[in-house]
Amino acid sequence: MSEAISYQRCAPCGHVWYFVRSFCPKCGAREPVTSRASGAGVVHAVTIVDRAPTPDMKALAPYTLVMVDAEEGFRLMAHGEPGLAIGDRVAGSIVELAGRPIPFFKRA
Amino acid sequence: MSWITGVGLLPFGRHEGKNTLDLMSEAAALALDDAGLKRGDIDGVLTGYATTMPHIMLATVFCEHFGLSPAYAHGLQVGGATGFAMAMLAHELVAAGRLRHVLVVAGENRLSAPGGRDKVVETLAQVGHPVHEVPLGPTIPAYYGLVANRYMHEHDVSEADLAEFAVLMRTNAATHPGAQFREPITVGDVLASKPIARPLKLLDCCATADGAVAFVVSRERTGTAAVRIIGAGQAHTHQHISEAPSLTEFGARLSMDRAIAATGRKLTTTDADYLAIYDSFTITLAILLEELGLARRGEACKLARDGYFSRTGAKPLNTHGGLMSYGHCGVAGALAHLVETQLQMTGRAESRQVADAGLAFLHGDGGVMSSHVSLIMERQG
Repeated sequence: MSEAISYQRCAPCGHVWYFVRSFCPKCGAREPVTSRASGAGVVHAVTIVDRAPTPDMKALAPYTLVMVDAEEGFRLMAHGEPGLAIGDRVAGSIVELAGRPIPFFKRA
Repeated sequence: MSWITGVGLLPFGRHEGKNTLDLMSEAAALALDDAGLKRGDIDGVLTGYATTMPHIMLATVFCEHFGLSPAYAHGLQVGGATGFAMAMLAHELVAAGRLRHVLVVAGENRLSAPGGRDKVVETLAQVGHPVHEVPLGPTIPAYYGLVANRYMHEHDVSEADLAEFAVLMRTNAATHPGAQFREPITVGDVLASKPIARPLKLLDCCATADGAVAFVVSRERTGTAAVRIIGAGQAHTHQHISEAPSLTEFGARLSMDRAIAATGRKLTTTDADYLAIYDSFTITLAILLEELGLARRGEACKLARDGYFSRTGAKPLNTHGGLMSYGHCGVAGALAHLVETQLQMTGRAESRQVADAGLAFLHGDGGVMSSHVSLIMERQG
């Protein structure tokens, strides 16, 4: 069973972001709320990596990396199914890739 | 005010058997000779970092090795923007009256060091976020591939359009004996080159090289070279592409506006006689030129095709061949742009000489369009 992608939100100022922190990078308030994202989003940019950086990733190449705008208002980098293009509506979750948890998106 | 009184540039490519300190020393010796200075005249030293020699005190290590005992020395790092950031700091230190002659030096045996290109690709990918990006297996070309994909989508620009900048840099490099790659290429060659991080292909990317560059920034002129830095500025909007405010608008304009403000004059980038712009990838040049006001959005490639940025065009750009064809050895990569600018402004660019380089605008970026540094240089008299 795949896990959900998570994100953070600042209760006082409403700012939403992806990189995990113990405070809000916009207003500095402590204890942001960590939530599960729906996984729904839109592809903002795509690249197909042919030249991988490490031996374990070379085994997977070529692979598709995407920037996705999640419906909750944050942007993240993830793996995606081949053929994704800008504007595609996608659904994502955490999957295991090269032995580690990786956010992965498919066409919705 | 500060003067670029001496410059030293090694050929880029393969320098088998030489390490970072060897290469830095060769360039430093050239720069001192060019400025007519001796080791004892140097009272400040700035270095960057070297991925092949990740020492926590590179400036001090270099000073000891080369035989300098300055009043001020340290390293500095902002990725690809490091070179121009060092030039800016040297300028500020000299202009403030703190120092008389600052040696700025960088070099690396990035190509011939153990591990070669594979090691470079893996090391540089670490500019990504250690939790949310690097585990996905991105590379520097992949971060820029994302940027290129978005830019092409928003501005209806094709891979063939972007290739114009690779062709231009190679055309320029063909006239420089020190360039790593001098064989002419065509748009077709760029399109047919090996895919790296699509839409970017091998010939859209800068070249991994060994090399070194040094120059001296002085409070007063030491010889006939009459080139000064009249303004400098920076902007830092993000580190990781995931947190960039936009994938198509970055901090270049903000940085250059600050540099122009520092001159105290009403200048615009279109006043430039010469341009030295960071060209880590074809997409980098397209975006930076447009943000800096040197082309309308989406039209930089078209101007390149029309010869606007060629040596004999209206705005000559990176006449040594840039990172894509002169080569890229880390911090020294962008410093080659600055040396070429000084050579152009002092009429010493030989067969590459442009008509009249009186005023030059320089811009570099580090990370993934993250850290921006702009310089404005002027020839006196």
